[in-house]
Amino acid sequence: MFDEQFEKRADEILARYPRRESAVMPLLHLVQEREGYVPLAAERWVAEKTGVSPAHVHGVVTFYTMFRTERHGRYVLHFCTTVSCMLRGVDHLLAHAKEKLGIEVGETTPDGLFTILTVECLGSCGTAPVVQVNDDYYEDMDVARLDALLDALAAGKEPPFPPGPGPRRVLVEGD
Amino acid sequence: MEKVLTRNVGIEGSRTIQVYRKRGGYETLAKALRMDPDAIIEEVKASGLRGRGGAGFPAGVKWSFMPKEPAPERPNYLVCNADESEPGTFKDRVIIENDPHLLLEGCLCSAFAMRASRVFIYIRGEYVLGARVLERAIAEAREAGFVGEDILGSGWSCDIVVHRGGGAYICGEETALMTSIEGRRGNPRLKPPFPAQFGVYGHPTTINNVETLSCVPFIIERGASWFASIGTDERNTGPKLYGVSGHVKNPGVFELPMGTELMEIIEEHAGGMLREGKALKAVIPGGSSTPVLRADECRGLRMDFDSVAKAGSMLGSAAIIVMDETTDMVAVMERIAHFYAHESCGQCTPCREGTGWIEKILHRIRRGGGTPEDLDLLDQVAANMQGVTICPLADAAAMPCRSFLEKFRDEFEHYVRHGRSPVAAG
Repeated sequence: MFDEQFEKRADEILARYPRRESAVMPLLHLVQEREGYVPLAAERWVAEKTGVSPAHVHGVVTFYTMFRTERHGRYVLHFCTTVSCMLRGVDHLLAHAKEKLGIEVGETTPDGLFTILTVECLGSCGTAPVVQVNDDYYEDMDVARLDALLDALAAGKEPPFPPGPGPRRVLVEGD
Repeated sequence: MEKVLTRNVGIEGSRTIQVYRKRGGYETLAKALRMDPDAIIEEVKASGLRGRGGAGFPAGVKWSFMPKEPAPERPNYLVCNADESEPGTFKDRVIIENDPHLLLEGCLCSAFAMRASRVFIYIRGEYVLGARVLERAIAEAREAGFVGEDILGSGWSCDIVVHRGGGAYICGEETALMTSIEGRRGNPRLKPPFPAQFGVYGHPTTINNVETLSCVPFIIERGASWFASIGTDERNTGPKLYGVSGHVKNPGVFELPMGTELMEIIEEHAGGMLREGKALKAVIPGGSSTPVLRADECRGLRMDFDSVAKAGSMLGSAAIIVMDETTDMVAVMERIAHFYAHESCGQCTPCREGTGWIEKILHRIRRGGGTPEDLDLLDQVAANMQGVTICPLADAAAMPCRSFLEKFRDEFEHYVRHGRSPVAAG
């Protein structure tokens, strides 16, 4: 179902492991990187490549929250809502994002650009709150930074600042 | 204290092998390869190094469980646990993203001591940047002859594989982690057999945390007695990474001697309380699974394994979560309960049901529908989850619940009576 180059990358991954079945997760990551989600047909492809049953692969896909079984928006906004981000005002930030984009958690904007998800602790507690946009961590977020980021992405422009930590804030928004 | 584990953080190009070697990197590996593997294990034992992932088990003792002469069909493996997922913990990320070669050198020295021919670095799936940084570093190290066949002409060969997780907290538990490497759902398995007897694919395996392995090159280079000279006493040694988050002015990761006082970490290193005039209310000392401490319990507390245990909590991953007087403790506990309910793998009934019920009861109390009986029910449900499951996730959910209830009972009672928090911000 995939082109030769993709198959070659898959084979390189398989060669790293002493046993083929270890490549189930790396191959699922590879598929999701390319497709944006894991289609059912790709689960069968992974099963064939790794020598396990399609049911086994489906079990893996549904166990690990990062694997998605349906298409999401072009930019998936993962809001960390666990303790450290909560203490630094993520609830306020999330409420603002929902209102701005007009969608609830788990939904995608009608133009297919943005999906909002909540996730558990991302390991960015010292620069909380964090919003992971696709692969990238945007840290020390506040309403102004989030607005600037979303506006740029919506206009098809480059993000106005790189991923990673931002300026230190002293106030917690939403108090 | 002189920076050890974070000595390269902030140095330009710290991710590259050129800068790492210019600063003395990989010289310890060359030294280690000339040593007797057992002498390295003895040195690590003598250093007093205890596991930095949370459990605090002596690393050298763990290594000594590995077979000295592995059979060709059952090679020894080393697994680096980079699944850093305990809420509040973000210390390993600092090493991975800033100084990947330190971690690789630590992995290689440790693998050599344990006669391991392969290292798996299991990194949480969300650390996409970290995985890329490690992949590049491994390619550089392979090119330079530090990874692969016949390393530095020693006759010893070792490969390193980065394995990305998929967003499951439970895979930080060592048996679940191994199951995940085997390409399966991350369900923990019973111990015994312990990983050193039956690990990845049934082969002898040792699992160590990123920070633990990163200590090893310094122990080999400077000696066990240097390492042991840092810290509280001979059971609590070495430099330690403390991650501070929550209501402080300057949150972050601070490298300090093991056993540095908690209030010194909060007030001097983390810049003190975030909001002027707002007093400290509580601290979670070692990640969200560790019992919470009231402000009065924090005074004079040394942040080492034994001192925090004596205070009724755990050093855990030294993830210090600071809360000021405006914090709604019931809301925080509800958030913690949600985490563990979400992350339970569902294998064991007390955990699957218990974490769910704790979350539901707390949710009810928070919405104003709680009854006085709910508080006893909460404690009872939590008590019945402890020590009865395959892995410690159930305990990780029960411990904060019981400690929040015990130490901030008045806030829970206020909620039950008035349907809201006693604190202004609630």
